[in-house]
Amino acid sequence: MYDVAIIGAGVVGGMVARTLSRYNLKICIIEKENDVAMGATKANSAIVHAGFDAKEGSLKARLNVEGSNLMEQVCRELNVKYKNNGSLVVGFNDEDKATLFDLLKRGNANGVKGLKLLEKDELKALEPNLSDSITCALHAPTGAIVCPYELTVAAIGNAMDNGAELLCGFEVSGIKRTADCYEILSAEKAVKAKFVVNCAGLYSDEIAKRAGDDTFSVTPRRGEYILLDKECGNLVSHTIFRTPSKMGKGILVSPTVDGNLLLGPTSVNILDKEDKDLTNEGFAKIIESAKETVKGVPFNKAITSFCGLRAVGSTGDFIITSPSAGFINAAGIESPGLSASPAIALYIKDMLSVLGLTLKEKADYNPVRPSTHAFREATIEEKNEMIKKNPAYGKIVCRCEGVTEGEILDALRMNPKARDLDGVKRRTRAQMGRCQGGFCSPYITELIAKEQGIAFEKVTKFGGNSFINIGKTKEVL
Amino acid sequence: MRDLVIIGGGPAGMSAAIAAFKSGIKDILILERDERLGGILQQCIHNGFGLHKFGEELTGPEYAFKYEQQILELGIEFKLGTMVLDLSRDRVITATNSEDGIFQIKAKAVILAMGCRERAKGALNIAGSRPAGIFSAGTAQKFVNMKGYMPGKDVVILGSGDIGLIMARRMTLEGAKVHAVCELMPYSGGLARNIEQCLNDFSIPLKLSHTVTKIHGKERLNGVTIAKVDENRRPIPETEEFIPCDTLLLSVGLIPENELSKNAQVNISAVTSGAVVDQDRQTDIDGIFSCGNVLHVHDLVDFVSDEAEIAGRAAAEFINGNLKKETCLHIETDGKIRYTVPQKITRKKDIDVYFRVSDVMKNVKINVHDGETLLLSRKKQKVAPGEMEKLTLKKELLDSAQSLKFSLEVL
Repeated sequence: MYDVAIIGAGVVGGMVARTLSRYNLKICIIEKENDVAMGATKANSAIVHAGFDAKEGSLKARLNVEGSNLMEQVCRELNVKYKNNGSLVVGFNDEDKATLFDLLKRGNANGVKGLKLLEKDELKALEPNLSDSITCALHAPTGAIVCPYELTVAAIGNAMDNGAELLCGFEVSGIKRTADCYEILSAEKAVKAKFVVNCAGLYSDEIAKRAGDDTFSVTPRRGEYILLDKECGNLVSHTIFRTPSKMGKGILVSPTVDGNLLLGPTSVNILDKEDKDLTNEGFAKIIESAKETVKGVPFNKAITSFCGLRAVGSTGDFIITSPSAGFINAAGIESPGLSASPAIALYIKDMLSVLGLTLKEKADYNPVRPSTHAFREATIEEKNEMIKKNPAYGKIVCRCEGVTEGEILDALRMNPKARDLDGVKRRTRAQMGRCQGGFCSPYITELIAKEQGIAFEKVTKFGGNSFINIGKTKEVL
Repeated sequence: MRDLVIIGGGPAGMSAAIAAFKSGIKDILILERDERLGGILQQCIHNGFGLHKFGEELTGPEYAFKYEQQILELGIEFKLGTMVLDLSRDRVITATNSEDGIFQIKAKAVILAMGCRERAKGALNIAGSRPAGIFSAGTAQKFVNMKGYMPGKDVVILGSGDIGLIMARRMTLEGAKVHAVCELMPYSGGLARNIEQCLNDFSIPLKLSHTVTKIHGKERLNGVTIAKVDENRRPIPETEEFIPCDTLLLSVGLIPENELSKNAQVNISAVTSGAVVDQDRQTDIDGIFSCGNVLHVHDLVDFVSDEAEIAGRAAAEFINGNLKKETCLHIETDGKIRYTVPQKITRKKDIDVYFRVSDVMKNVKINVHDGETLLLSRKKQKVAPGEMEKLTLKKELLDSAQSLKFSLEVL
């Protein structure tokens, strides 16, 4: 019997797990995919929003600003890259300027610090590559960037280091309420827990329904992105938003913490919660919009494109509710969900306490996760010491991103262990560079097979049937 | 301080090392990232290598072995499993391996021989999903030939570069069904002999002016939509066709791997993505030479070896203080000739100029002008972007030349 079962290993579930792992509780995180951070967390704009977007008084507004204020420390403890690069919302005309002024007022009401409207000359000095047709901007110095899956892997890793359990490949098929607990069922397994936190992202409405709550729904909103080579990462230093509309914050141009340039997202409401197809219309839209905001974006330096689905709730605000005793929804966590996630976790912790969960701090709780960039960030002398102890650090496997075998083995051994090629990619950046795994994926496949003691052909790209190979030559066909 | 450090132990690096050694340089170090010498040839188990160089048809590993043997016989030093992390303008190399850790070497001369990589699918922005089962042709070649595993059984290939053509045949021989090779352009970028021997001999359809417009499948690929493209290379929707398959191989171009060259601030050509070099394959930085696929992508390894020998000999001259520049003539091109290697001439002697054309053309004349004066003209029955061409400029001809322009005339 667990004290708390968290359904969904995205950034919200991860932050909740980490926050609760501070206390003497038996915790499990239930995830239907083969790895953590596989839903909306995997593919979004990777922005820590300052907090001027959400309506005054909304949960979104409050938790965004609180979360954004907490994020730097969380990242420091988890040894996750965080860069306070600031955001600019740019406008092209007087109408935009009026909207920016509204955003400024709203931001001030939400408690966002340092917001300022900038005129064209000031902007040019700040970002020389902005398009000449931009006339004004709202500058948010507290805006930042972070890598959402790195953050989630680290949060769940830290929760696991502090005793939480991760159950991957567990797709919830039913939730039964018994006298003293909830029984969470999959096709093969069952887990009992006194408290359940539903952080199931796009599927949080269906999980809620299984627990008898049909008061809200969640619909997917498609967002396509194009990622450019690191050569282009310095084109802008701030995250460049367009003046927002009803459908969201428009297509942004932003550096990433890893030095690439990210363009996107599109914003299209769809019905199919699994439809992550990229579209030609999407590509065209991104390119058109990015051209309007920034001069000289080298689209031919694209190294990958991807699509994420945002979990848009039916109420317009975050849905953090307790429909029945011991059951909490954290649903409709669309943007600024990543930014708000540390604050959402604290909010839920307080709710659980009110619902009767005893929170007693562990004596040996450790908020710090060992750095996965220790080798990368070391001096040459330190690196040579590390190589002497572990020669695998001397061997570069991914030439594009300079990832060593030692770092890949760490990713296969550290909580939460990478189980597939994409898992290694998200943890180490191996296969994430300009050749996109062309050279190193066969060797990484071998490392995974060896480390997990499975056959080479059983290694997958991201679990399920995403096998890389079908079998041995001369045998399989 | 070493005399000569060569980055890369593939065909270019090995040939360069041997040539430098034979020119009197004994203090040579080859740095190779793989666990053995040979570079990409190790996985090229098909034949067709060495026709020009040795007058026989060798497999890739056989061709590489001939050079590896010489390296061993001559006692040329090499470090395997060694990745070069940085190269500076003043020829300080930073590298790492498991045994030595991270170390630095200063060299009197450096030869860049890092080869090239395949263009990845990300650069293509194809619509649809992102399942497993999409590989660059070279990655699939590594799985099949080096690891002994099959990436799939029903294959579509996008792009008709040579590796794609070779893999069409390999996958077929291994029992897979190759349904089509789609080429965006109205002609193939591969060698004519590969079209014959890898596609036609196995009745694999080559669909020119076709591309993949959509990728299907959630976990593993289950099909692709292909379509014919118009003269602006835009897909024609009415021609869309779904092909069920579990594997999509991409052979859509090769890119010289010049990250280290860029670190050293070597001038890179926007056309070749390789260094701008003179007849000695010296870059614009004294003592840094470049050869093989890192300089420009070759069709045949035989020419890689030839080019690397030029670089190796010149590096030896440089180390001995005998490489003196006499002039600086830039070779201009007219666009129909996309580029030449070398791009400039700094010493007047007999020089082979290699070049590629921009399109498939028949009955053409290649002209070399010095201003208005026609210096040289050669007729060709057929030229194609996939086949590298060569023209020799004689010393006498260069002696009086003030400028050089290569142009192509369709007759």
